[in-house]
Amino acid sequence: MSVTAGLIARGARVEACRPWPRSIVDAVVWREAAGHLARGALILTGLWGEPGRIHLALINADYSQPAILTLDCPDGRFPSVGQRHAPAIRLERAVADIVGLVADDAPDTRPWLDHRRWGLAHPQNGSGGDAAGPAAPYRFLAAEGDSLHQIAVGPVHAGVIEPGHFRFTANGETIVRLEARLGYVHRGLESLAAGAAVERAAALAARASGDSTVAYSLAFARAVEAALGVEPPPRAHWLRGLMAEFERLANHLGDIGAVCNDAAFVLMLAHTGVLRERVLRACAVAFGHRLMMDRVVPGGAAVDLDPAGAAALRAVVGEVRRRFPVLVALYDETTSLQDRTVGTGRVAPALARAFGAGGFVGRASGRAFDTRRALPYRPYTMLEFETPVREAGDVDARLWIRIEEVRESLNLIEQLLADPPTGPCRADPAAGGGTGDAKGAEGVALVEGFRGDVLVWLRLGADGRVDRCHLRDPSWFQWPLLEVCVEGAIVADFPLCNKSFNCSYAGHDL
Amino acid sequence: MCLIRDLAIQGAQMLLVLALAPLLTGWVRRVKARLTRRRGPPLLQPYRDLWRLMRKEVVLAENASWLFRAAPYLIFAATWVAAALVPTFATGLMFSWSADLIAIIALLGSARFFLALAGMDVGTAFGGIGSSREVMIASLAEPAMVMIVFSLALLAHSTQLSTVADFMRSPSVGLRVTLAMALGALLIVAVAENGRVPVDNPATHLELTMVHEAMVLEYSGRHLAVLELANFLKLLLYMSLIACVFVPWGLAPAGSGLLAPLLGLLAYGGKLAVGGTLLAVFETSVAKMRVFRAPEYLGVALMLALLGTLLLFVSRGGLR
Repeated sequence: MSVTAGLIARGARVEACRPWPRSIVDAVVWREAAGHLARGALILTGLWGEPGRIHLALINADYSQPAILTLDCPDGRFPSVGQRHAPAIRLERAVADIVGLVADDAPDTRPWLDHRRWGLAHPQNGSGGDAAGPAAPYRFLAAEGDSLHQIAVGPVHAGVIEPGHFRFTANGETIVRLEARLGYVHRGLESLAAGAAVERAAALAARASGDSTVAYSLAFARAVEAALGVEPPPRAHWLRGLMAEFERLANHLGDIGAVCNDAAFVLMLAHTGVLRERVLRACAVAFGHRLMMDRVVPGGAAVDLDPAGAAALRAVVGEVRRRFPVLVALYDETTSLQDRTVGTGRVAPALARAFGAGGFVGRASGRAFDTRRALPYRPYTMLEFETPVREAGDVDARLWIRIEEVRESLNLIEQLLADPPTGPCRADPAAGGGTGDAKGAEGVALVEGFRGDVLVWLRLGADGRVDRCHLRDPSWFQWPLLEVCVEGAIVADFPLCNKSFNCSYAGHDL
Repeated sequence: MCLIRDLAIQGAQMLLVLALAPLLTGWVRRVKARLTRRRGPPLLQPYRDLWRLMRKEVVLAENASWLFRAAPYLIFAATWVAAALVPTFATGLMFSWSADLIAIIALLGSARFFLALAGMDVGTAFGGIGSSREVMIASLAEPAMVMIVFSLALLAHSTQLSTVADFMRSPSVGLRVTLAMALGALLIVAVAENGRVPVDNPATHLELTMVHEAMVLEYSGRHLAVLELANFLKLLLYMSLIACVFVPWGLAPAGSGLLAPLLGLLAYGGKLAVGGTLLAVFETSVAKMRVFRAPEYLGVALMLALLGTLLLFVSRGGLR
């Protein structure tokens, strides 16, 4: 029996949760799970709360059999997972801010998302409460030594990028410690989704992180479908697969150029920028929106692809196929660029494994996890593709993973375009299980976005509304690695490392 | 008559460099934009930017000292004078008898000194980082520059630019390895001194990677305009210097008629256009280097200049 199955069996199984098993466990099993996490027998996939209850999503170390453990905590306290397993620390701090559940013996009790600017404390806690006075000054983690100085960067940056504060402690040019402070783009999406109609909640999820809108929509849709027992028609899966891969393609193309641009190599950005723009325009022709926002909906896809759209997609795939190899050669042969990327910002494989870092961050450090393969969903079950993995863990490796994923996405898109299924693109709500009383039904889904695995868990309420919903961005497990990988590096290399991670601020802050 | 003519040429030269400097930067930006498949800003955009900054209010940090306010003008003055000392279209400048290549280096050095101080004056982290990087680069670029001057001076028997230019045009110069080395070294130093890729990136928005931009980050309004103009002038200065020493053809000799200066002007414009284009092409084709690669990069310049000087001593007929 696998570790997760063993833990699930020791609690009271909640049948309403699909497709992952969920069990209500006691504090002993909870602590045991934390121990397994610390030993690396389990991977942390999510930690979120609701009033009086805390949930822990886990996957076995071999990426099989995901499960959710729930601990009832009527007194608002639960045993800290972060005390044993560092990746949970920020999740616990966020839970304390949003729901007001306190982790006992937590190693870090500072607020995380809450900057005391919301006007209320613990927004997701039914009892609510006003914000108690002005914020205490945020204590950054200490770094002591001779001739250390601090460099504060952000939250407002000189470029048009998302807001986040970075506090460097440096000795001259050498970074001794970096600590990020996030939460500036908290919009309260989960609170807004609670009690909202499913359609509105789906639109909210689509706006968690604009560059991953397809991934979020898909994860949300799959969670709703799992809760309701609805199976979308084949053509819906086909359309979703196309959109997800085009989103990955566009983002990777943009990232490859942007990383090079941070090393002042403008040429690459100019060329990949053109390619990315072509991809987005083809998407606008085919799906009616450049980023394909709100095009994936619970039950299927909101738009069908007409022959003109398919032709536009084919044309752009052909163009990328033609022009991309030249750019790869340009990257590979520009020694001044390689000098910057190779060996910079190294993430040790053990660390990537411990944090369960997904996407290119994990894959560049030897972690082969790919939701499309480990917990496969349609249409990927019927497609041939590779998951590139590298061991170096530096900026160069993260760039190469992106390059290889661009190729894989092109392959996937070509396979999909070659074999379009016919039929409706949306499940008939009357035919599915959605007509019954869905109150209390729970669904959970993990979807491979371009950054990594996006988790959505939700519980439906009465008359087609969402009772509670949790969205977890892959960046939660990547931001901490960024802080580690620049230690001992020079200050001027941070932007390059940061861009090679390209973590989401909005998806993280929600 | 001669005095009036010299004065006129010197005056024209001073105004010319001031008027042309933004255009050169605009040209480099334009070519760079074209190379990266963008349309790019209009050539006259730098003038508009300066005009816009001139009319804007100056926002001063509360703890800014008099130095912070005075530095832009000191830097501008020193750079302008230095730029006016380099023959652009005519040799035999009036001022150049009183100030030679070493004076130019000293003027630029003083400008840099004040800029580094101003960067640290307000006490922000970025200014400090910028100043420390700038001084690190300068400590390597300046010796290389002095070495280059030595090797040129040994050849031309003068540190006076007009004389050097005249010598370089004379048949006695011949093909010399030393000159090639000095040119290589000067190009490397010029790229570093002007904060161009690969040493610094003038177009970046990443505060943590800036050198020059980090020092002027706290400046606004007319202060920033003056600093920007000084920076434009510096680029023009280095390009004129390279043109005057290594491609002196077209320079109107002292005491020539009216036609020669006009031809000199045309030639000068052509040289700047070619130089700006080459700079843009170079900048587009390389990535910025790590901060601590700069010593190695500038070390090459120092070594080249040093070897060039040594070669003069060991080669037959090197020194006469």
